[in-house]
Amino acid sequence: MTIFTDIKAILLGLWTTWKHMLRRPVTIQYPEEKRQPSPRYRARIVLTRDPDGGERCVACYLCSAACPVDCISMQSGERENGRRFAVWFRINFSRCIFCGLCAEACPTLAIQMTPDYEICKRDIMDLLYEKEDLLIDGCGKDESYNFYQHAGIGVAQRRGEGAEEKAPVDVRGLVP
Amino acid sequence: MTPDLILIAVTAAKIAIVLFAILTLAAYLVFAERRVLGWIQDRKGPNRVGPFGLLQPLADLIKLLTKEDFRPPAGDKWLFYLAPAMAAIPAIMTFAIIPFGAPVTLFGTEIAMQVIDLNVGLLLFMALSSIAVYGVALGGWASNSKYALLGSIRGLAQLISYELSMGLSLVPIIMLARSLKLSEIVNAQSGCWFIVYQPLAFLIFLISILAECKRIPFDLPEAEGELVAGFHTEYSGMRFGLFFVGEYINIIVLGGLATTFFLGGWHGPVLPPVVWFTMKTLSFAFFFIWLRGTAPRLRYDQLMQLGWKVLTPLALVNILVTAWWLVLKG
Ligand code: SF4
Ligand code: SF4
Repeated sequence: MTIFTDIKAILLGLWTTWKHMLRRPVTIQYPEEKRQPSPRYRARIVLTRDPDGGERCVACYLCSAACPVDCISMQSGERENGRRFAVWFRINFSRCIFCGLCAEACPTLAIQMTPDYEICKRDIMDLLYEKEDLLIDGCGKDESYNFYQHAGIGVAQRRGEGAEEKAPVDVRGLVP
Repeated sequence: MTPDLILIAVTAAKIAIVLFAILTLAAYLVFAERRVLGWIQDRKGPNRVGPFGLLQPLADLIKLLTKEDFRPPAGDKWLFYLAPAMAAIPAIMTFAIIPFGAPVTLFGTEIAMQVIDLNVGLLLFMALSSIAVYGVALGGWASNSKYALLGSIRGLAQLISYELSMGLSLVPIIMLARSLKLSEIVNAQSGCWFIVYQPLAFLIFLISILAECKRIPFDLPEAEGELVAGFHTEYSGMRFGLFFVGEYINIIVLGGLATTFFLGGWHGPVLPPVVWFTMKTLSFAFFFIWLRGTAPRLRYDQLMQLGWKVLTPLALVNILVTAWWLVLKG
């Protein structure tokens, strides 16, 4: 008889909802209670510095190329010693979707995501973060990585003399 | 003052009290529904406006009043304006015949706790609930929108089908109480509630009033998933609010009627009668909300099958059995 299974189904449903009615709500009352997201949470983006305090960003445009919504823009420049840097660097947080692709693309670990999710503003123009707003005094997630220690700055350091750099391969010897 | 004037004054006072009470109750029922649904879904529900969110109905009212009052230009203007009232007013009027407390004696005159005690109270209820169908039908028709029209067609079919089983399920009550007067139906239950004699009729009546106030699992006229908002798709602002409040008034009124017909009305030990009546009525309202948080919507053919092939024949059989039983008992 389907009628009995139907009635049983309805009563079981009522019993389930009754149990949930007595259960503690999972709601977090936001402004009063705040949740601490995990360190790898993807929210406000920062530009970090290397352990020596120099800017990590080399203005390679990889983050801006990776960004699916095109919200990163910058102008690259070069210092006397050949070190590249961003003359200006802007992230438009009103467009950012916090996908984290920029941080993934960055070869120098300069651009990183932080767990600070409270970046609402009254005026949309306040969501344009310039380099001054983005740059922090610290290394962020990686304490020791220093890109130029590995890569050298342009011609200031001879090729093959970086910390983990191997001497250039003599391509003439690469014969079968 | 002449006795007539006193009668008019007393009746007017009762109308005012009842009107105030059910409008407040309806507003808070909306709030209660949102809270209870929240608990069912492991949420908290609205708790921001005032202590425990108790001022939420006020905030809702302000919001509804300040919204744009839009009317589809191609629709029928007057019917469009009339329909929300047609939905809410019969529901409020039905409350006039419900006895919500034991008669009290004040200054030597007995005052019934009922706005008006009609000889044909039960018939008036059936008539008014049929009129309430017009709100749905006209609202959908006058909107000049396909969703609204589909919703109102469904609403018409559903309400007509379930009106039948509702009426038939009440016949055994009339037979047991030997009266159409609601005060006498309540008095006939002073010993034993009719739900004990008539569990089947109670079940049929309960399902029918669920369909009658267009609640889940019978919310086909609204059917958010398929018809946007069904018959009131095109309504906004306070006109929508009137439909909305009308639905909740309907819940209270139908809960009150179920209490009157099956749960002994205001009869109950210790507590004052009005409290008993309110508690029983609100437990129906709670059940409706609980069911809304549980059941999915019926399909249209299932709805029709349940109404015509199950509830109506069962109600007829129930009438026959009750008649036999009454005759055999003598
Ligand atoms: S998180 Fe995604 S959207 Fe935001 S700046 Fe980075 S790449 Fe663009
Ligand atoms: S933040 Fe990283 S990826 Fe973007 S320009 Fe600077 S170094 Fe390149």
